[in-house]
Amino acid sequence: MGHPGLAAEFTANRERAQWHDKALWFVREKRDRMATSVPEWELLRETASAIKQHVQSLMADYLEEFERNAVKNGVIVHWAADAAEHNRIVLSILQKHNATRLVKSKSMLTEECHLNPYLEQNGIEVIDTDLGERIVQLRQEPPSHIVLPAIHIRKEEVGECFHEHLGTEKGASDPKYLTEAARNHLRSCFCRADVGLTGVNFAIAETGGIVICTNEGNADLGVGLPPVHIAAMGMEKLIPRAADLAVFLRLLARSATGQPVTTYSSHFHGPRPGCEMHIVIVDNGRSAILKSEFRRSLDCIRCGACMNTCPVYRRSGGHSYESTVPGPIGSILTPLQTPEKHSTLPFACSLCGSCTDVCPVKIPLHHQLFAMREHLDKKNLIGVGKKLQMKVLSAVFSRTWLFNLAGKVARTALRVTPRFLVYSRLTPAFQWGRKREIPQAPPKSFRELYAERQASRRSGASAPPDKH
Amino acid sequence: MRVALFIPCYVDQFYPGVGLATVAVLEALGVEAEFPVAQTCCGQPMANSGCMDEARPLATRFVSTFEGYDYIVSPSGSCVSMVRNHYDHLVDPEDGIATAVRSRTVELSEFLLNVLKVKELQGRFPYQVGLHQSCHGLRELRLGPCSEVMSSRDSMMQQLLGGLRDIRFSQLSRRDECCGFGGTFAIAEEAVSAMMGEDRINDHVQAGTQVLTAGDMSCLMHLDGIIRRQKLPMRVMHFAEILSEAMGL
Repeated sequence: MGHPGLAAEFTANRERAQWHDKALWFVREKRDRMATSVPEWELLRETASAIKQHVQSLMADYLEEFERNAVKNGVIVHWAADAAEHNRIVLSILQKHNATRLVKSKSMLTEECHLNPYLEQNGIEVIDTDLGERIVQLRQEPPSHIVLPAIHIRKEEVGECFHEHLGTEKGASDPKYLTEAARNHLRSCFCRADVGLTGVNFAIAETGGIVICTNEGNADLGVGLPPVHIAAMGMEKLIPRAADLAVFLRLLARSATGQPVTTYSSHFHGPRPGCEMHIVIVDNGRSAILKSEFRRSLDCIRCGACMNTCPVYRRSGGHSYESTVPGPIGSILTPLQTPEKHSTLPFACSLCGSCTDVCPVKIPLHHQLFAMREHLDKKNLIGVGKKLQMKVLSAVFSRTWLFNLAGKVARTALRVTPRFLVYSRLTPAFQWGRKREIPQAPPKSFRELYAERQASRRSGASAPPDKH
Repeated sequence: MRVALFIPCYVDQFYPGVGLATVAVLEALGVEAEFPVAQTCCGQPMANSGCMDEARPLATRFVSTFEGYDYIVSPSGSCVSMVRNHYDHLVDPEDGIATAVRSRTVELSEFLLNVLKVKELQGRFPYQVGLHQSCHGLRELRLGPCSEVMSSRDSMMQQLLGGLRDIRFSQLSRRDECCGFGGTFAIAEEAVSAMMGEDRINDHVQAGTQVLTAGDMSCLMHLDGIIRRQKLPMRVMHFAEILSEAMGL
């Protein structure tokens, strides 16, 4: 069905789509207030972008430096070329420790690798401990946003879900009550976990340390209690120095949720005494992106600001993208991996450019979406109909006489054809005309009127002068 | 100063009044612009669809049509942005003529304020006007303040209209959200496109907009389609038409 069909389904429930749009616009406005409060906001964005581009240009060197320093800190570092290898590595660590219970804090990378179903098939109980992630996990659906995974779900629906799975009172929808129930449920999960898995927000090459940002402290609980910590990181998460971290921490939470900083920014520099810490560095297509014209999409720090501001995302919902990372950045990253399945995503965009302007690392998102369309055309994936239309249009526009003729024919046709036919399913105007009127066709084009005007001026040197 | 008019293809065919208003305003300010009749389309519909091979001949054609002018003025931020910002893969970047044509292609409000250095236009427009900040003019050409970016910048369109007597401006809840036109997006993503347009219109209805204006007729074509379908008492005018009417041209 692709994005247009799923988006049409989402907007069909207008009240819900409006609610979703407003919820995310509220976050966008919070972000604006926070950005306004930092006088050097644009300089921070410039700096972050420059740091990221520097890292991408020396990726291999920084990866090796990071590995050396992490190993010195007593961390066991693994390299995974793709999702399958990542999943096998995680499972092998679990099996080595005879672990059957895993608690996870938020990691979009493990979503990308589909780690949960893989581990469950291998007999591991996986509990997502971020509240939003736990809600979507209980509902057996994927997250719809990378920072706000359950943003598409209303509190009444969370109440129903918790009633069914956690035994809360039927009909309860008080957020405080529901959060308390989740907290108690998750506490018991933390206490009996064998291994804790986290994502990585930033990996610092010069120290070999990693930083994880959460609001719920679930990463800290998840790795503070069990004896084994696995951190899964995409290789683009690197920054050169600890000093660079300040730039990103100031941008991340402000851009993501409009908070000055996340509640917890936890630094991990090796295992606790007697425990193990593993870092799995994952490529999964990233080195190929690094070599492509879309390399700057790897600068992404996963703040989700482009989703919050995207007028299409807000009205179509995250699930309409059918991808781990939805929204503008997802519409670049996902078709790079699976162009056939996700060919409609770069077109789920009006090219308004708002994403580019909110992006804290200044990824030229809408220009990349524009380029991605060409990328798909070269793979013959934009649709036969659209391609044919563009060929015809190009041929018409290449000949002035044909353009003039086609314009006249179209305008005349619109003027003489009965309304019911113009708006019928049989015409190209059908989609346009579902909710909009077609422009009224004037009898003459600009160039005709202009030519008449110039002619009358030339011949009428003696005629009454123009008003001006 | 040799000035050429670049009238977007759909304006030529469907909104001749916008072209004539542009001519009238320019002439009132002493600029006799020429209209090179070979012009058709800048190639944006093809390029936005990813079809660069189909867009390329139109970009080449644009350059040859407008070669030699000091300025190429257009009442469309979107088409100007296409020429200035998106011809990189369509014309030879080493070609001096193409580069000159691209850099000399300007949007009408830019031309009036930056080239002609217009201070204040004399006229009267006693209506409440809602400004629609068309995205490409705003975020590609920076013709106004972008709500996402923390910098101060004046809206060129508002500067030009603000000098008219008795004009009032609407206060919108979302001052620069996209209207949802987006070229082929309006058809390919009809549901979202229409919802975006309806949301913009609702914002203007609540703000009391009597006349809705923009620097791009494409956004207004989409928004006017909704206004007419819903039979709302709101008039749609390109800002050149407001200037022309207010100045009594």
